[in-house]
Amino acid sequence: MAKLILSLDGTVLREYTLEKNAVSIGRKPNNDLQIDNLAVSGNHARVDVIGSDVFLEDLDSTNGTLVNGQTVKRQMLQNGDMIEMGKYKLKYVSEGTKPGLPDDFDKTMVIKPGALKPTAPAGTSPLTAHTEQMPIPVARPAPAPAPQAAAAEAAAPAAGEVRPGAIKVLSGGNAGKTLDLVKNLTSLGKPGVQVAIITKRPTGYFITHVEGPSHPLVNGREIGVHAELLADKAVIELAGVKMEFFYK
Amino acid sequence: MKSLAHSIEMHGMTDAGMVRGHNEDAISFDAARGMAILADGMGGYNAGEVASGIATTLLAQGIAAALEVVPPHVPEAMSGKPAAHRILRLEIEKANLAIFQTAQSQPQCAGMGTTLVAALFYDNRVTVAHVGDSRLYRMRDGEFKSLTRDHSLLQEQLDNGLITEEEARRSQNKNLVTRAVGIDPQLDPELNDFDVKSGDIYLLCSDGLNDMIDDPDIALVLSTLPNNLPLAAEQLVQMANDNGGRDNVSVILIRINRSFAAERSLRSRLFGWLAR
Repeated sequence: MAKLILSLDGTVLREYTLEKNAVSIGRKPNNDLQIDNLAVSGNHARVDVIGSDVFLEDLDSTNGTLVNGQTVKRQMLQNGDMIEMGKYKLKYVSEGTKPGLPDDFDKTMVIKPGALKPTAPAGTSPLTAHTEQMPIPVARPAPAPAPQAAAAEAAAPAAGEVRPGAIKVLSGGNAGKTLDLVKNLTSLGKPGVQVAIITKRPTGYFITHVEGPSHPLVNGREIGVHAELLADKAVIELAGVKMEFFYK
Repeated sequence: MKSLAHSIEMHGMTDAGMVRGHNEDAISFDAARGMAILADGMGGYNAGEVASGIATTLLAQGIAAALEVVPPHVPEAMSGKPAAHRILRLEIEKANLAIFQTAQSQPQCAGMGTTLVAALFYDNRVTVAHVGDSRLYRMRDGEFKSLTRDHSLLQEQLDNGLITEEEARRSQNKNLVTRAVGIDPQLDPELNDFDVKSGDIYLLCSDGLNDMIDDPDIALVLSTLPNNLPLAAEQLVQMANDNGGRDNVSVILIRINRSFAAERSLRSRLFGWLAR
């Protein structure tokens, strides 16, 4: 459950757990979270909990509301955001949406259309979500359909950016030119003659045949129908042009 | 009816992704009939794939049977809309009821449902039916855009200005849909018509694709590989998996190779002319 931690000059005054869908903050006693200080407006701000998202809205307060030093009107909060009202600080802490789940990427659920008014977390009345049994995490065999290049495939997904790579043309009219492989997908060759793509993946750069009667050569050897991992300094022959792949 | 296979090429792929143990998506497509269906199931332990499987199977059979009876472009006497609308609506209602009743009668299927996006191509146009957050995109003359609007909490919030595009990308509420097939005995699928041009590429996908890959990267794949749909489909699935593959991912790619105007009889052309 997400919470707000109220502090003044570094001293924690209280912790407020966001159990309601709408939490009012202000100087007046009718607020859910009262901050009795003249720099805080009577009805200063409101926090809306919508599903797993939490929004902060300033209610046209006299002295404004800051999030991480920026004045805000309405903003979605992220774990660790620091809210300021006058000299008071409110730290937003979200302790995961549903602790204990194997991943934070919940399975699809249905809610009633128009359930837009701040809704309770899944399970309580306004949300007609069915309780979802989470899948038991199962080690999954390598993705069958993706063109695979040996064991490289098994590497951890989204393992950050791969080193920048580039292509240098070795023969033909463009000899000497280099092309940085900045896009995730770069097309090479002559349409109608021979085309290949180089894909940038977490595990490296791969070349795949796209069209043409013959497949491109990599270090003198014709590649198959699947993507092949390019080693540093690999020489590619495509549509009669030689080029070298290299890591920058 | 006349086969559209010489005008329309289709290719599809579905994958469990990198995290989920099983695949709850289902796809079905038939270029000859100009029909593509994609469903993303939810609910129960394995029931999601039951729901998506029922939806794609019943819809494919139902549409195929209906097309034998009436060509999809023929306007209906009552509504004035092409028969495709009635066919899609009726078959989706049937699938909805079948899933709902199965969920009611089989305890292990309780609460199951599915999103759905279905496209029916005929007479140089397409009727798109959708429920939930499975999408249909179009690539035309380098412009890539979604032709469907999700039935989801996030889309409602975007429509009401309660959330920015940037906040929507960071939202934890991506899994909340406001409509699904099989949840209620009544269902209102959204139907829209679009003109179709030679050279267009259409993409039906489950949220496992568009939650994992940004639109510009999807567009890059389609614009780089317009003539190799199987490879384009592989690339899309691979990119989703490379980015984490946290959900099942499914795609159906459709390329329009040439015009496919419906053949009209002399009589109907005459009536059409008189009615002007």
